[in-house]
Amino acid sequence: MGEAIVITSGKGGVGKTTTSANIGTSLALQGKKVCLIDTDIGLRNLDVVMGLENRIIYDLVDVVEKRCKTHQALVKDKRFDGLLYLLPAAQTVDKSAVTPEQMQELITELKQDYDYIIIDCPAGIEQGYKNAVAGADKAIVVTTPEVSAVRDADRIIGLLEKEKDMEPPRLIVNRIRNHMMKTGDMLDIDEITQHLSIELIGIVADDEEVIKASNHGEPIALNPNSKASIAYRNIARRILGESIPLQSLEDQNKGVFSKLKKFFGVR
Amino acid sequence: MKNRQNVTIKGTKDGLVLHLDDTCSYEELKQELDQKLSANSRTEEERHLISVKVDIGNRYLTDGQKEELKELIRQKKNLMVDDIESNVITKEEANRLKEENEVVTVSRIVRSGQVLRVPGDLLLIGDVNPGGTVIAGGNIFIMGVLKGVAHAGCFGNEQAVIAASSMKPSQLRIGEYINRSPDSNPANEHREMECAYINENHYIIIDRLQALNHLRPNLTRLEGGH
Repeated sequence: MGEAIVITSGKGGVGKTTTSANIGTSLALQGKKVCLIDTDIGLRNLDVVMGLENRIIYDLVDVVEKRCKTHQALVKDKRFDGLLYLLPAAQTVDKSAVTPEQMQELITELKQDYDYIIIDCPAGIEQGYKNAVAGADKAIVVTTPEVSAVRDADRIIGLLEKEKDMEPPRLIVNRIRNHMMKTGDMLDIDEITQHLSIELIGIVADDEEVIKASNHGEPIALNPNSKASIAYRNIARRILGESIPLQSLEDQNKGVFSKLKKFFGVR
Repeated sequence: MKNRQNVTIKGTKDGLVLHLDDTCSYEELKQELDQKLSANSRTEEERHLISVKVDIGNRYLTDGQKEELKELIRQKKNLMVDDIESNVITKEEANRLKEENEVVTVSRIVRSGQVLRVPGDLLLIGDVNPGGTVIAGGNIFIMGVLKGVAHAGCFGNEQAVIAASSMKPSQLRIGEYINRSPDSNPANEHREMECAYINENHYIIIDRLQALNHLRPNLTRLEGGH
């Protein structure tokens, strides 16, 4: 029996889809059987980030309306030997095409076969959000060190805390720019975690490589040398229950920072 | 066989008090009141209105009955009912009174989009995040950071106060009055252990917590003790 984790944020553009793709990839790299579900019906793009767009035959709506079997709609990721699958969203209809009950049923079914179901939630707190959250056991809230993103994360956490049968959500702070945080131009991580007061499960630095990788349809987590990739892999290991101190992540970031400083010749 | 009188009129130093017996029926009471007040009418010579208090003992009167009695007394005499006093109230009223005088303790974070509302005083153990709102009929005490909106005395009580361990509100409201945070807020400013109240010029003022014991001595509910 696997577990379903919803990746949500409230605000758009903070990196939910990228995070979903990379956590899914990292879990598969750890040898877990993973199914990614894109619930952003009408505005799907998890398939693009995963580079699986051209293999889609059936989608989420086909599955819940029983036009196909669930396994027929799952797109297999060839890079992983039967460990990573994607259930893409439909593109021609909108969020109201699916109900929370249908999602619950689908996820219960998938949990039999997979270790982890990663649900990519659309932005907003309406129907799409309700669908995405319906079947989830756990939630991860993604935010960036911006006041607006933190505000929306706060709202989402409030809503998630009302969900029955769900563990308290955990937090990923995405797109951290270390130099801005140092100068105080960006909210720092302590400020964010104190404000939201939920457990921090990972921090991811702002890395141009992430954008490059997404555009090529290859999640950054596949590239072992990028700092963002290591961050995502660490998050995956924390999901698996390993305790990797967050402190070491900060140190690692500091390491990168000092390397950068060295590079620019700053003392 | 002389009945006990159901209606007695007494003069006290605070004015006239009509004592209405609480063991007879309401109809009897009305009748006697009618007779008594008519009988005495000639002794009354002055034309101006005299205010009286009505004491109905352990009798419960509905609002309609109260109006009826007031009207009755008003017609017969130059008497004006000031107040009807009763020893009993309904459960509903009692509950409301209790709620309004109660301190409700809540331990949670009031997040963006959430509203926490209590009829009496609120003791919040946790923060109010920006976009979150706490509303109380009485005072608000926050053991945490107030970053959202707090509305004390929401039924119009201007004596209500708002106190917080850390006072960084986006807006404060007490009764009908509103105060927002200054547009430029020095980040390093100490905003700890402060309270907000309405001063004599009807502005919401933020002051040290310790100022409250002079400004609102009624906050102390401890009776007796040392």
